[in-house]
Amino acid sequence: MKSGAQILIEGLKEQGVDIIFGYPGGVVLPIYDELYDADIRHVLVRHEQAAIHAADGYARASGRTGVCLATSGPGACNLVTGLATAYMDSIPVVAITGQVPTSLLGNDAFQESDITGITMPVTKHNFLVQDARDLKRIIREAFHIASTGRKGPVLIDIPKDVSTAMIPDVDGPGEQPRLRGYKPKYQGHSKMIQRAVDLLLKAERPIIYAGGGVILSDASRELVTLAERMCMPVSTTLMGLGCIPTSHPLNLGMLGMHGTEYANYAITESDLLFSIGVRFDDRVTGKIEAFAPHAKIIHIDIDPAEIGKNKQPDVPIVGDAKSVLLEMISKIPESCPHPEWSERVESWKKNHPLRFQEDGKLHPQYVIKKLAEILGKKGIIVSEVGQNQMWAAQWFSFTRPRQWISSGGLGTMGYGFPASMGAHFACPDEPVVVLAGDGSFQMNIQELGTVAQYNIPVKVIILNNRFLGMVRQWQQLFYEHRYSYTELPEVHFERIAQAYGIEAATVTRASDVEEAIKAALAHPGPYVLDVRVEREENVFPMVPAGANISEMIVGHHTEHEEE
Amino acid sequence: MTAHIFSVLVEDSPGVLSRVTGLFSRRGFNIESLAVGHCEQPDTSRITIVVTGNDFQIEQVKKQLNKLIEVIKVIDISEYEHVERELALIKLKAEPGSNRSEIMQIAGIFRAKIIDVGNETLVVEVTGDSGKIAAIQDLLSPYGILELVRTGKIALQRGSSTVCAGR
Ligand SMILES: Cc1ncc(C[n+]2csc(CCOP(=O)(O)OP(=O)(O)O)c2C)c(N)n1
Ligand SMILES: [Mg+2]
Repeated sequence: MKSGAQILIEGLKEQGVDIIFGYPGGVVLPIYDELYDADIRHVLVRHEQAAIHAADGYARASGRTGVCLATSGPGACNLVTGLATAYMDSIPVVAITGQVPTSLLGNDAFQESDITGITMPVTKHNFLVQDARDLKRIIREAFHIASTGRKGPVLIDIPKDVSTAMIPDVDGPGEQPRLRGYKPKYQGHSKMIQRAVDLLLKAERPIIYAGGGVILSDASRELVTLAERMCMPVSTTLMGLGCIPTSHPLNLGMLGMHGTEYANYAITESDLLFSIGVRFDDRVTGKIEAFAPHAKIIHIDIDPAEIGKNKQPDVPIVGDAKSVLLEMISKIPESCPHPEWSERVESWKKNHPLRFQEDGKLHPQYVIKKLAEILGKKGIIVSEVGQNQMWAAQWFSFTRPRQWISSGGLGTMGYGFPASMGAHFACPDEPVVVLAGDGSFQMNIQELGTVAQYNIPVKVIILNNRFLGMVRQWQQLFYEHRYSYTELPEVHFERIAQAYGIEAATVTRASDVEEAIKAALAHPGPYVLDVRVEREENVFPMVPAGANISEMIVGHHTEHEEE
Repeated sequence: MTAHIFSVLVEDSPGVLSRVTGLFSRRGFNIESLAVGHCEQPDTSRITIVVTGNDFQIEQVKKQLNKLIEVIKVIDISEYEHVERELALIKLKAEPGSNRSEIMQIAGIFRAKIIDVGNETLVVEVTGDSGKIAAIQDLLSPYGILELVRTGKIALQRGSSTVCAGR
C-alpha cells in the first residue's frame, strides 16, 4: 500500500524532477512529510508567487518543466499571477496545490478556494484529483501537456484526503498518456512548406520576425542557418532575444514599440515577412494594418489558433519551428544573396544606431553595456519589468538562446528576482544577473530571505531611478509631465540586503560602475548592487501605442545630429 | 454575421462545460444556444453550440475549442447537409371554457402535443427548427404565454457521416 503523497513524489521523480519551489500549509502537510526524506530538493521561498516564478525561471533557463508547490486557499491564490505569466509566454510549469478534503469541497471550508475554477483561463489545463488512484495518471498527463505542443502551465489540485489515502501499489512504468483531445502537430504541411520556400526564393527584401517559439522549440541554430543562406536580416521580439547572437551581422535586434529604428524600417520596407513562433502582439506590430504593409507573410506556429488571429498570413504553417525550418533548409540552395537589400539594411543600421548620451553621467544603458563587456559570452540575464527590461533588451549583447529571461506577454513586475533563483538551479555554473527596477524589485524583495538561506549566488543590479520609470515616461510623453503617483522615495537597498546578511553596495558615479560590477560578480554568494541612475532617462526609440512602427519617437538627443 | 452550429465532442468530466463556456465569454464569442448530454460513445458528451459571428470569429471559435485538452472533436455542422431540431415547452393561460379548443387546433397544425392540462393552464410541447418554434410562439402569444423553455438546438449531419471520437 502507498499513500497519495508517496505516489505524488514518485510520480515527480519519474518525470525527472530534481527541485521544487514551495511553501507549506495545512493541507499539504502529508506531502511535506513525504518530502522530508525524499531525494528531491525543496527550496522554501518567502511567498508563493516567488515559488512559481522560480519554477518558471528554471524552465526558461533549462528547457525542462519547472515545479512548484503551495497550500490551498491563500497559497494557491498566490500562484495566479505566476501561472498567468507562464501561460502568456508558453512556459512549461507544473503547479501542485493542496486542497481541502473532498468531503468538504464546496462548503467554503477553511482555506478552500476553487483554484481549478480560478485558474482555468491562465493554465493550459488543470486537474482536481478526486481519487488517489487517478493521481499517477494525472501526474503523467500534466507533465505531458505542460511540455509538449505549445507549452504552458498545468495545475494539479490535490485534496488532503487524496494525499493521505492508502491505495494498493500499482507500480511499474505506466503507458504514455493517451489523451483523446490532445494531439499536437509537429510536422508542417509539406505543400505549405514548399510554397514558403518558393516565396522566400522569389523575395527581394525578405526579413525574419522571430519570437519565443524559436527558443521553445530549440530552433535557433536552424534559424541562423536559414538566415545566412538567404542573407536575410533577422529581427526578434522580446521573447526571441538570443535566438541569434546580438553581434551577428544579420541581427537587427528587437522590433516593435522599443525596437531598433533599423528593425522597424526593415520590417516596414520588406516584401516578405518570415514569421516564426510569434503572435503579432500589439506591442510588436503597433497599428496592425500598417505592419509590414508591402510584405507577403509566412507564419510558422505550433498553435493553429495563433495563425490568422491578428494578421492573416499568405502561407500558414502549423508545426514545430525546428522541424519546419529543417525541412525548408533542405530545399534552399547554399547561398542566395540580396545585395541591394542588404546594403539598404546596412545603411539604416549605420545611420540609426541605438544611442544614449555618453556624457559621463550615470546612464542606465551604460551599466548594461559594461555588464555585457564584463560577462563576455557568459551569464544569464533576468530582467524585471519596465524601463530596466527594455534597456536590458536593447543594450545587452546576447550570445545564445535561454540566456535572456523576462516576462514578456504579461509584463509581471516582481518576476525577475524570483525567476533568477530558478535560473541558478537550472544552470548552477552560470553567473545569473538580475537587471531590476527599484519598483519591481520591491514587489518580491522578500526573496532576499531565500537567496540568503540557500546562498543562491544571484547578482541583483538595481537600476534605481526612484521612479516607476516606464509609467513616468508615458506620463512625461503623453500626459504633459503630470507624474501622478509614480515617484518612489529613496530606499537604502544596500542596508536592506545587509539586514538579510547579503553583501551589497551602492554606486552613484559612472566611473565606479565597472569596478562595482566586477566586485559583485566576483563575490561567491548573492549580491545586491544599488545603482543610482539618471532619474528621468527615457527608453528610445518608442512607437506610441497604436501608431505605425515606422513612426518612432527617437529621443531629443538626436535632434542636433545630422543624418 | 451568420449562425453556426458546432457539434463538440468532449470528455465526460466535471468542469468540461465551464471550460467551454468560459472560453466563449473570455474571448467575447456569443452563444445563442447550448445543449449538452451523453452521446453514443462511453465517457463522452456531445455539446451543440449555436454561435453567431463573422468568418474570422467562427474560425477562432473552432481553433480555440480545439485547444481545450478535453475537447475531442469540433465540427461546424452548418457547413454540411444536416438536420436540426429544438424542443420547446410552452405553458399557456387557458381557463375552462375559454380558448382551449383554438389552442389545441393550433397545436395540431404544428404537430405539437398537449402534455399537461391544468385547471387554468395547458402545456404544449413542440419540436422543430427554430423557425417553426418561433411561428407557434407567435401564434400562441395572444392567449397568454406564462412560461416558455427551449432545449437549444441539436443537430446531426445527414447520411452516413458522423462526428466520432476515433482513437
Ligand atoms: C505587477 C505589475 N503592476 C504594474 C505594472 C505596470 N508597470 C509597468 S512598468 C512599471 C514601472 C516599473 O518600475 P521599476 O521597476 O522601477 O522600473 P523602471 O521602469 O523604473 O526601470 C509599472 C508600474 C506591471 N507591469 N506589473
Ligand atoms: Mg524605477
